[in-house]
Amino acid sequence: MAINWYKYASPASFYTLAGKMVPFFAIIAFGLLIAGLYIGFFVAPTDFQQGEAYRIIFIHVPAAWMSMFLYVVMAFWAGIGLAFNTRLSSMMATAIAPTGALFTFLALWTGSLWGKPMWGTWWVWDARLTSELILLFLYIGFMSLQAAIDDPRRADKAGAIIALVGVINIPIIYFSVQWWNTLHQGASVSVTQAPTMAATMLTGMMVMVFASWMYSIAVILKRVRVIILERESHTTWVAELREKGAL
Amino acid sequence: MKPRHKKLAVITAGVAALGFAAVLVLNAFQSNLVFFFSPTQVIAKEAPIGKNFRIGGLVEEGSVNRGEGTTVKFAITDTSETIQIVYTGILPDLFREGKGVVAQGKLDDNGTFVADEVLAKHDENYMPPEAALALEEAAKAQKASLTQ
Repeated sequence: MAINWYKYASPASFYTLAGKMVPFFAIIAFGLLIAGLYIGFFVAPTDFQQGEAYRIIFIHVPAAWMSMFLYVVMAFWAGIGLAFNTRLSSMMATAIAPTGALFTFLALWTGSLWGKPMWGTWWVWDARLTSELILLFLYIGFMSLQAAIDDPRRADKAGAIIALVGVINIPIIYFSVQWWNTLHQGASVSVTQAPTMAATMLTGMMVMVFASWMYSIAVILKRVRVIILERESHTTWVAELREKGAL
Repeated sequence: MKPRHKKLAVITAGVAALGFAAVLVLNAFQSNLVFFFSPTQVIAKEAPIGKNFRIGGLVEEGSVNRGEGTTVKFAITDTSETIQIVYTGILPDLFREGKGVVAQGKLDDNGTFVADEVLAKHDENYMPPEAALALEEAAKAQKASLTQ
């Protein structure tokens, strides 16, 4: 059986599909969050160097990963929207930005809270911290630019250019700790090497990473539904929903 | 406002945002991409001697000498060169012999680095204390078997 994927590129059918998916992802996100926090705070052992303070890793690392990953996904959808003029892709990009900005802020904030007791400072202008701060400005720039343009199709195009130009920052963030001397330490978990973390610690962190994924999917789908309704409010299918009292 | 004026304003805003990001990047490139210099670089005069700069390395084992008040003298090394550091102030909790630090300050005439800030640089290893102890003992045993 061939699935007609193009059907779901239409905002009307995607609106219904996303509506069915949101509760599913939300429930998984909630379950993983509880499990991850439990492992992080009660099961994972104390660290030999940092004592209990290292436990902020269970929020810091998932937030930092999501902040970078969501940016790439946002730029991808924005680029597709720009290239093929597909409305839904651009709406996806717009829906991703606030969640990406939230995770970027969380990564910076928890990093600062962690830096003070461990490094002895809230903030330093090293390559890792600076490039992550630029990521926050890119998200905010994308959102404010789109908000400043009344015509949504033109807002999509302008935002797509910022999103695409900013992608260059992602490898800079990721490799900053290898390319330059930084105060921030290197990666504990990477594709090419065995993780340098005790197994329970790693489990807790990965569960939190999956929780963040599920949370992001749920919230972004929910947000894209609202954007679809807003932009399609003049169409007959939205009018029909309104008549049925489904809105 | 005519539509084309609006478009112009939008483009200007976008360019300004990108410019701001680029300025931050370049600024970081200029003075901070090298967040610290190693003792070897300092000895080779690659660091901006005479200005404030940061120096990073491991605290040499047995070099920490606590003086009067909160003045501490210690040496940092990158295993090939060593620089003496003097610092007055509170050291971070993770400051330990054999562990990484980054100090900010200036070289004096005697080649001693007078620091006004000392930050701890920890590594990316996380493990329970028992595991760290086991690793340490394994390393000791290996060393002992090598020297026999």
